[in-house]
Amino acid sequence: MTTHDLDSLVLPDRVHASLYRDPDIFEEELDRIFNRCWVWVAHESQILKAGDFVTTHVGRQPVIVNRDRKGEIRVMVNRCRHRGATVCEARHGNAAGFVCPYHAWTYGQDGSLRGVPLPKGYKNFDKSDYGLVGLRVERYAGLIFATFNHDIEPLDSWLGRARPWIDLFMKQGGGFPVKTMGEHRFTFPGNWKIQLENTTDAYHFPIVHKSFLTSLDDATEDLFSFMDSGGYVEALGNGHSVMVMIPELVDLEENLDADIPERFAAIADDLRRDYPEQQVRRIVRAIGGSGFNLNLFPNLACSMAFFRVLRPLAVDKTEIRHIAIGMDGGPEIANRARLRLHEHFQGPMGFGTPDDAAVWERVQRGSAGTAEPAWIMLNRGEDKTAANAGDVTSETGMRAAYQMWKRMMTA
Amino acid sequence: MTPTQETITFDEAVRFISTEADCLDHRDYAGWLDLWADDGIYVVPIDHDADDFAATLNYAYDDKAMRRMRVARLTSGESTSARDASTTLRSLSRFRLLGDESATELQIRCAQHLVEYRHDNFRTYAANVTYRLRRDSQGLRLVEKVVRLINSADALAGMSFLP
Repeated sequence: MTTHDLDSLVLPDRVHASLYRDPDIFEEELDRIFNRCWVWVAHESQILKAGDFVTTHVGRQPVIVNRDRKGEIRVMVNRCRHRGATVCEARHGNAAGFVCPYHAWTYGQDGSLRGVPLPKGYKNFDKSDYGLVGLRVERYAGLIFATFNHDIEPLDSWLGRARPWIDLFMKQGGGFPVKTMGEHRFTFPGNWKIQLENTTDAYHFPIVHKSFLTSLDDATEDLFSFMDSGGYVEALGNGHSVMVMIPELVDLEENLDADIPERFAAIADDLRRDYPEQQVRRIVRAIGGSGFNLNLFPNLACSMAFFRVLRPLAVDKTEIRHIAIGMDGGPEIANRARLRLHEHFQGPMGFGTPDDAAVWERVQRGSAGTAEPAWIMLNRGEDKTAANAGDVTSETGMRAAYQMWKRMMTA
Repeated sequence: MTPTQETITFDEAVRFISTEADCLDHRDYAGWLDLWADDGIYVVPIDHDADDFAATLNYAYDDKAMRRMRVARLTSGESTSARDASTTLRSLSRFRLLGDESATELQIRCAQHLVEYRHDNFRTYAANVTYRLRRDSQGLRLVEKVVRLINSADALAGMSFLP
């Protein structure tokens, strides 16, 4: 792949459909993007105690994210230094260390090689040369990112102007720390960038999610009918962007004196037995999540009330996780309400996700042939003027993501 | 023990469950809704070990209102995935009574092997399904149905059918 090729495939207002179907481009993406960016791997609440771990992937590479006994969070390549087997297959758990099932090479929580059965027959063998390979790890507001790229800028500057939006997103803890509460994982037969685009695509919402909107009570349906409610999309640098759908729910700690929506009235009454009025309002206002989607290039979105994580499996296959979040130490009734809201829209049986997956699959099918022109249009909202500065349906976020994509692919 | 008016026999339960399966495969969703008790809960859990479903994230945790909304979504024509819905064919076998046949509420477990067809693709979904049945004045009613897909912790594809 040459720079020239990409120049002709990624224009400011459109990208070529071969970005969805070319296996060579896909291989380059894994190398140039997923192996070189800050990639989101876990939320701190998943590994609160010493020894807690989750397993996940950075690009194709299986990794272990854990907290060692000193409290340090590590991300390590999940591969024995002897013959390459994964040393952990559990998705999560608590472990004093990791033992390879093949020849029982044994690693500590910090990845150091602690023991090798029958340690003889080696020439100049030093265990300290054979620890699990560590990735660079940095955190922001509970979000844990890792990278193979030891030269990349610090996470804080990589996130840049996205950081205040992450802070706003975490206010849905309602005064409690945010914790994960399980996840829906699903795959769709299509390229990962189709999903990357979608989290900053308000335009599809009333069309694809008509059946979800119909299922809501009138007030909530009004809230989600955000085509003309002052929303907007803003590029935040490095391919990140925010799409504000419901401006009044950007800061969940504002407007606490506003009327409590009817659908949360019973929960508020219940909470009043245990919490003062201001705290009741803060919790109730946090239940439905934030009024925006924050897209963090390349694999995480803080999407209204959950984390959306994507993993490219093949040029035409993508895994998506919708991780539910709630209030750590918060009232059970509020967290249960959040679980039910998550189930309502997300997952393979949700009222939203299967319809998203169906149209993404259609994009991939439609993009399979080579008939020209084969442009994916991203030009909505280019007519931005003073009178039209804030259109929620503008494709600003997608344009920003593809410019970042191009920057990384040609770097 | 001789069955009384209130008790539910094993054979009766199996007939009822077969009817429920037939309703779903033939998309007789109105008929399916009628099989439920008002307080019935339909659950498709993620976590095999979960038993407090209300406190856990599931694929589906449907009370009466949610079941009605789900059926409305599948039949309204507003949903792309439902318009393009899969055809399903399910076989139920290996029935086992959990608890006592003389009880007025009966719990029964079986194996479900479901084949989905959509867009040239056959997919299979294997599940352990547990039913709790109760008799009311109209006949048997479904109080709880829990579908534990054996691959529930894996990444699944969108389901435009009810398992």
